[in-house]
Amino acid sequence: MTREEITAGLAEILEEVAGVNPEDVSEEKSFTEDLDVDSLSMVEVVVAAEEKFGVKIPDDEVQNLKTVGDAVNFILKG
Amino acid sequence: MGSKIVSLGHYQPSRVVTNDDLAQMVDTNDEWIQSRVGIKERRVADTETVADMAAIAAEKALAGSGLHADDIDLVIVATCSSADRSPNVACRVAMKLGLGTPAAFDVNTACSGFSYALALADQAIGAGAARHALVIGAEKLSEITDWTDRSTCVIFGDGAGAAVVSRTADGEEPGISPVVWGSAPGDAIRIESWRPYITQEGQAVFRWATTAIPPIAREVCEKAGYEPADIAAFVPHQANLRIIEPVARKLGVVNAVIARDIVESGNTSAASIPLALSKMVERGEIKAGSPVLLIGFGGGLTYAGQVVRCP
Repeated sequence: MTREEITAGLAEILEEVAGVNPEDVSEEKSFTEDLDVDSLSMVEVVVAAEEKFGVKIPDDEVQNLKTVGDAVNFILKG
Repeated sequence: MGSKIVSLGHYQPSRVVTNDDLAQMVDTNDEWIQSRVGIKERRVADTETVADMAAIAAEKALAGSGLHADDIDLVIVATCSSADRSPNVACRVAMKLGLGTPAAFDVNTACSGFSYALALADQAIGAGAARHALVIGAEKLSEITDWTDRSTCVIFGDGAGAAVVSRTADGEEPGISPVVWGSAPGDAIRIESWRPYITQEGQAVFRWATTAIPPIAREVCEKAGYEPADIAAFVPHQANLRIIEPVARKLGVVNAVIARDIVESGNTSAASIPLALSKMVERGEIKAGSPVLLIGFGGGLTYAGQVVRCP
């Protein structure tokens, strides 16, 4: 999967879980500051991302995923 | 031999603490609290103890049952916030209500406590060890809340709920289904001696509750012989509105009235299920005889659930 494909997949999840406009989603955006995703919605994003991308994102790791790019990096590694 | 809930009762302290009140104490506001946990206000005890609240709720349940104090031969109190180690809360309730000589003990499985206690009463009655039980959930969480911690102090409240559980008549269908109970590794919710305040890792709890609980609740329905769509009322532990709503959606209790007592009571741990259920029955929201799904989950981590026939 390419970075662009993962970003697009995350944008779909963000729209479904938190009503984020997919056009606003890009790698440098912060989940909380720019996209207004609160801590519980972030968990829903993570759970949906695990399913979509077949990775495990432990609770301890969630707080390190500040930006969309951080999540893309993590998913690529996993 | 089965058992059934005959009557319910509840008690909440008179002092209301609103989100605006909390905003005077810590850096928070009404909009933030409502969007994160769905709570508008909670009740906080003044001088009442856990046993005081438990006894008042139990007295109301007993009054509604038509039984005499002497008929009760078992008292089980679910609580994680009682300060005294002895006498236990159940014995104090027995003394306050003049119950005679019932078996009396407390159980502590934190927020899942009422469903554990209800299962124990059902099993004791089924085994012939009791005929009429008082099952109570009572908490004074305000005493173990860190009122300077804005991430937890907005969540919790005080209160109690109680049920009278009696043996079913010969030939009568059981009114409490076999329990599904268990625990899972994880200490994401803690009240420890070195820091005697409720501490929780909110994200970990949220993930567990929204992913693990729906399949467990489905198993509860299966074991009771119901489809989720058959359930008339869904009364999960009132942890957070943002847990209650997705769990109900994933479970598919599409025809059920869903308990949302958290909005006006906060999270009252082991008291939340009987408190919510008693208020719903009092308001006439659940038809007598219809199936009600209870599911407790919380600290431990622990969980327990059953389907009960509405009294």
